[in-house]
Amino acid sequence: MNFALSRPGRFIGALTADLRTVGYRLAAALLICVILTVASDAFLTANNLLNVLRQASLLFLLASGLTLVIVTAGLDLSVGANIGLSACIAASVMKLTGSALLGAASGVGVGLCIGVANGLLVALMRMPPFIATYGMLWVVHGITFWYMAGTTIYGFPAGFRALGSGYFLGVPIPVYLMFVFLTLGAFFAQRTTYGQEIYAIGANRESARLSGVPIARRLILVYMVSGAMAGLASLVFLARMNSAEGDIGEAFTLPAIAAVLIGGTSLFGGVGTVSGTLVGALILTLVLNGMNLLTLDASWQPLVTGIIVILAVYLDTLTRKRAEARN
Amino acid sequence: MNRPPATLAGVLARVPGVAWILGLLVIGFSFFSRDFLSGPNIHNIGLQSVILLILALPQTMIIMTEGVDIAAGAVLTLASVVLAWVLVHGGSLPLALAASLATGMMFGLANGMLVALLKMPPFVVTLGTLGVAQGLALIVTDGQSIVVSSDALQAIYNGEIAGLPLPLAIGVAVYAVSHGLLYHTRFGTYVFALGGNPEALKLAGIRADAYLIAVYVLGGLMAGLAALILTARMSSGHPTSAIGMEFDAIAAVVVGGTSFERGKGWLFGTLLGVVAVGVLRNGLNLLTIPSSAQVACIGLLVIVAMLVDGLKGRR
Repeated sequence: MNFALSRPGRFIGALTADLRTVGYRLAAALLICVILTVASDAFLTANNLLNVLRQASLLFLLASGLTLVIVTAGLDLSVGANIGLSACIAASVMKLTGSALLGAASGVGVGLCIGVANGLLVALMRMPPFIATYGMLWVVHGITFWYMAGTTIYGFPAGFRALGSGYFLGVPIPVYLMFVFLTLGAFFAQRTTYGQEIYAIGANRESARLSGVPIARRLILVYMVSGAMAGLASLVFLARMNSAEGDIGEAFTLPAIAAVLIGGTSLFGGVGTVSGTLVGALILTLVLNGMNLLTLDASWQPLVTGIIVILAVYLDTLTRKRAEARN
Repeated sequence: MNRPPATLAGVLARVPGVAWILGLLVIGFSFFSRDFLSGPNIHNIGLQSVILLILALPQTMIIMTEGVDIAAGAVLTLASVVLAWVLVHGGSLPLALAASLATGMMFGLANGMLVALLKMPPFVVTLGTLGVAQGLALIVTDGQSIVVSSDALQAIYNGEIAGLPLPLAIGVAVYAVSHGLLYHTRFGTYVFALGGNPEALKLAGIRADAYLIAVYVLGGLMAGLAALILTARMSSGHPTSAIGMEFDAIAAVVVGGTSFERGKGWLFGTLLGVVAVGVLRNGLNLLTIPSSAQVACIGLLVIVAMLVDGLKGRR
């Protein structure tokens, strides 16, 4: 994938390679669908499938920004905590002002600020990304709990709630959002100089620097995008749940990272696509949905997601080793 | 291999960073709260810090190998749940402790093998095992507390050895053992080398992988041991009791001056870091600042410490 634009022939080759990796994963998703159809009568119903799509779209919104971060060989562990704070601030602003628009803007704004803070720590202070964002996780988490002090904010305007629970032509609105941001993300990553520079940073930071890529600014940009996407995801979640509590973000970190890794993005940087992450989010949601249908308790979710993350990292490491052996 | 000298002069030369923080915290809190420097409160800080110390010491070694174990809090939680479960189902305390240690060791072994043999990045691997441990704790308990009424367990928390509360004595023993391991054995030398120059170890024909696994196993075992004190303190095993505690431990290590990047570590610094985090939490408690805001303060403390570390490294 790296430096695909340097030659047209290679670009087409890289595109088909991308389609292939996404294709494998789509086939896996279909296989899971077939298994679940056989295993449970409740799976292949319009309601359940729309539900899966809606959950996957929320996860995708969160994971799409994270994908870009991981492409730069970084990591953003604060996305879950970010959802929590963004949702709570958005909820609180909406209650105070009665304006859905102001609430939504402040939610995305909070997410964006957290992202910028991450970016500054990583790019300017040169902290290892996982440490910086891990520290940020707890800072944001602490602020959220302190701000909410155990209270719940609920009941939002119907117009806002449509963002998470509304339908258009029988399809949930978050699903449209998913495809909008898939298109935007894919275009940004594959067709803009910014996107190519981000891949270059992940593939080989030193050579990217020597080719004149402004590393610090691009890094701040990706963390900012990741933060803003978490803010946006928090709005969809808030609109769906119609209530905000301090702990709502906790359950998101692991699934978001899992979706990105299942989607074929490498932790080592330089490799990965937003469309892969969409399929990753779909696969993870299908697995969790299947567990739910087979009446496995929700307690099993962190266990299964944890195992999936470990397996995905293992495959990633294996692929990288093979690639190194080939070179 | 930047092994700091374990001499008094060497120690004194490196004290400032942590000591400054600790000194400022102590002076600040004793100014704002009259109870802070009272005997019972100091006793309290000690007792509260022991679990953190037991987690932070092996975490120091793991971070020195340029790794990290963010599953430690979840593994501690699971071990505590297992310990309580065995006690409630009629097992003796030694059996329960063995089960708890075994739980910790298994997770340490899994982490170590994934990192050392399969060369997987430690941060994400332990994030995965964190999910596994937390999930298991939820499944075993069904989300409820397992309440234990065991005199033997109570004796662990309230007992004394030569005037020293038993938990503190355990803490001292763990520190002594860790110090001995890190500074006076071949294992310790290799831990320094794993972070500084793992290639050199391999060229010298040393099985670096085995030592790396051992470091993570030690971390797991210590989480199992800490579970004993935690369960005794709460008289129960709860599926979320120590979730996030690894962050306090990592904070203590980082504040104590151990670096994530250069294989530099310092056990005594971690001890001071643990006391600093303990003092910070205790003092904020006395000022009735909610524990959620305390977490944010510790997060800031870490980021500041990392910044200082980064600035020092650039010079």
